[in-house]
Amino acid sequence: MAGIIGKKVGMTQLFDDDGNVIAVTVVQAGPCPVTQVRTREKDGYEAVQLAFEECRDKHITKAELGHLKKAGLKHGLRHLVEFDDVGQLKVGDTVTVEAFEDGQAVSVAGVSKGKGFQGTIKRHHFGRGPETHGSHNIRQPGSIGASAYPSRVFKGVRMSGHMGAKRVTQQGLKIVRRDVENNLLLIKGSVPGAKNSVVVVKGR
Amino acid sequence: MSIIENIERQQLRTGIPQFKAGDTVKVHFKVIEGSRHRVQVFQGIVIKRQGQGVRETFTVRKQSFGVGVERTFPVHSPKIEKIEVTAIGDVRRAKLYYLRQKVGKKARVREKQR
Repeated sequence: MAGIIGKKVGMTQLFDDDGNVIAVTVVQAGPCPVTQVRTREKDGYEAVQLAFEECRDKHITKAELGHLKKAGLKHGLRHLVEFDDVGQLKVGDTVTVEAFEDGQAVSVAGVSKGKGFQGTIKRHHFGRGPETHGSHNIRQPGSIGASAYPSRVFKGVRMSGHMGAKRVTQQGLKIVRRDVENNLLLIKGSVPGAKNSVVVVKGR
Repeated sequence: MSIIENIERQQLRTGIPQFKAGDTVKVHFKVIEGSRHRVQVFQGIVIKRQGQGVRETFTVRKQSFGVGVERTFPVHSPKIEKIEVTAIGDVRRAKLYYLRQKVGKKARVREKQR
């Protein structure tokens, strides 16, 4: 089990050993220094906190900067994420893509692309009404409840609303190749989020 | 150079002949059947080239037993053993989709005169 924070670079394709084309997402992952270790005695749970992406000191709060200084880091880092079950790590260690293996199954979490306010067809895969014969029911949601009973709308009925821009975890992905020199992970298939968005890669 | 450009550049093949839409080509394509593999030749007219860099593909169209057959190949695929250009076509379009509507004598492409 390994975990790392990365940035989605974009998608491209590779030829595998048989010459078949496979679509891959390129993730620039790490190096992630360990900034804190949570212990059962002190914090009530076990986890390891990793930091990612260098930035100028003025771009993070002084509290965050102080936290990083305490971990022995000389510069600011933009993102902090806690991982449980990544093995024995201590403050001062650095996690790189070497923590993963080629062909390893991973899950990738990120914030999906925002779609804005969307109707039920796009948001919940509802069907569409007839477009001809005088229909005014082309993209309407249909009935949301009966009148006599229950004469109200049940909670959780699927309707139009804001779609996307929420955390999504894509499971069952595979690392096709690693580039240790350039800190890159090439993951088969697509990964949630826009280009340059932060993603969390976890080994399974 | 961007990261993705770098990854794609490493996969580019050399020694691919110059050809464009309208040319007649023979594509020697490796087919893997279980453990052994053999080479299949697909001959026809190139009707389009699309994409850039390692993602570039081309489509070859031919008539097989009276039925039009099209196959799309990645230009840089390692499965392609060899591409032979047998005739250079004289065409005025980059995409020869109009050939799909033509049969027999009309489905030909004029050869370039030198």
